[in-house]
Amino acid sequence: MASITASVYTSHVPAIGAALDLGKAGEPYWQKVFSGYDFSRQWLKDNTPDVIFLVYNDHANAFSLEMIPTFAIGCAAEFAIADEGWGPRPVPVVKGHPELAAHIAQSVIQDDFDLTIVNRMPVDHGLTVPLSLMCGQPAAWPCPVIPFAVNVVQYPVPSGRRCFNLGRAIRKAVAAFDAPLNVQIWGTGGMSHQLQGPRAGLINREFDNAFLDRLIADPAGLANMPHIDYVREAGSEGIELVMWLIARGAMSDNPPRVAHRFYHVPASNTAVGHLILENI
Amino acid sequence: MALDKPYQDVPGTTIFDAEQSRLGYHLNQFCMSLMKAENRARFKAGERAYLDEWPMTEEQKQAVLARDLNWCIRVGGNIYFLAKIGATDGKSFQQMAGSMTGMSEVEYRDMMVSGGRSAEGNRVVGEDGDAQAHRQPQGKSQQKAGA
Repeated sequence: MASITASVYTSHVPAIGAALDLGKAGEPYWQKVFSGYDFSRQWLKDNTPDVIFLVYNDHANAFSLEMIPTFAIGCAAEFAIADEGWGPRPVPVVKGHPELAAHIAQSVIQDDFDLTIVNRMPVDHGLTVPLSLMCGQPAAWPCPVIPFAVNVVQYPVPSGRRCFNLGRAIRKAVAAFDAPLNVQIWGTGGMSHQLQGPRAGLINREFDNAFLDRLIADPAGLANMPHIDYVREAGSEGIELVMWLIARGAMSDNPPRVAHRFYHVPASNTAVGHLILENI
Repeated sequence: MALDKPYQDVPGTTIFDAEQSRLGYHLNQFCMSLMKAENRARFKAGERAYLDEWPMTEEQKQAVLARDLNWCIRVGGNIYFLAKIGATDGKSFQQMAGSMTGMSEVEYRDMMVSGGRSAEGNRVVGEDGDAQAHRQPQGKSQQKAGA
């Protein structure tokens, strides 16, 4: 039986990847961001899973407006690094876990979540920046990764409630997999940020920290928050935070152990939030 | 019966919903084409001719030529797609976001380092925050130019 042992939550700002790739990680501006992940890199070395199920969103790279899947699960053996217009990030190719991904797709679709199965999907900074933050700059990522892309670019995006319940269905699917795999689920994106219009640059520390508190202690209640609250309080792109509820829903119903918590403003246009929660 | 769109009274914000996506389909697909190096080169060599290959509206083409991202968004653009134009021009995401506020690059960066824009007064149209219509454009140089 496979099981989900821990969940990781982090922002996935593209400039973080660029800072690392261009050797700027030691600059004071970026050191304030990366230092919040010192603990996390050691933690991942000590707690390397067999598979990471990584919830993120594509930013008009794998998916144009030709097709907009609400939930897309990557079932391939390998995923190329996307060229987002600045050239592909110089990071290792992402190896998938087709057996577990196909198993989860089968189970979760039967639980009424209509996933789109994707076998060719270049992965962008939404997926690679969290890996870089947690792993540094290795020659290969430490384990296979199942990319799980959520549409948070075109409204309406899935509700927090639906994301939380999807997480529960993923938990059930993993538990029914017939091999003793240690699985982590990561939820990425956010925290408060807005990238468009005269309101660009919005940051809301109070909202973000209350979100972290509730994600830990009251995720089912937090899942009821409507989209408009994210937009007003956390900015139009802060809506990415619904993806954290997928990861949280996949955790046990018992209270988790908080292994690490970090918050910093800014990285480029964005508030950086980060949590590691362990199932007890 | 009209659909409920509670996000239409957020100041300085255009939500990219199915309706905006319909309006901006060709504009955003043009942006996607700039992910290929050879297309970036062709666009740079002759912007108007390249744009004329796309069934975009004249206004959408003018908005792109002017590099006015707020205008691009009004006519259906989405920032993640429009970012491909910025990448072609060698601009960072922060430069692009800042350009929509009227602030200089330094002013916008300083605002972010100081903790970002407050939500106070910027939640609903009609309040008095710095993102409200009556407080545009932001930034010292713009205010001087407008005075």
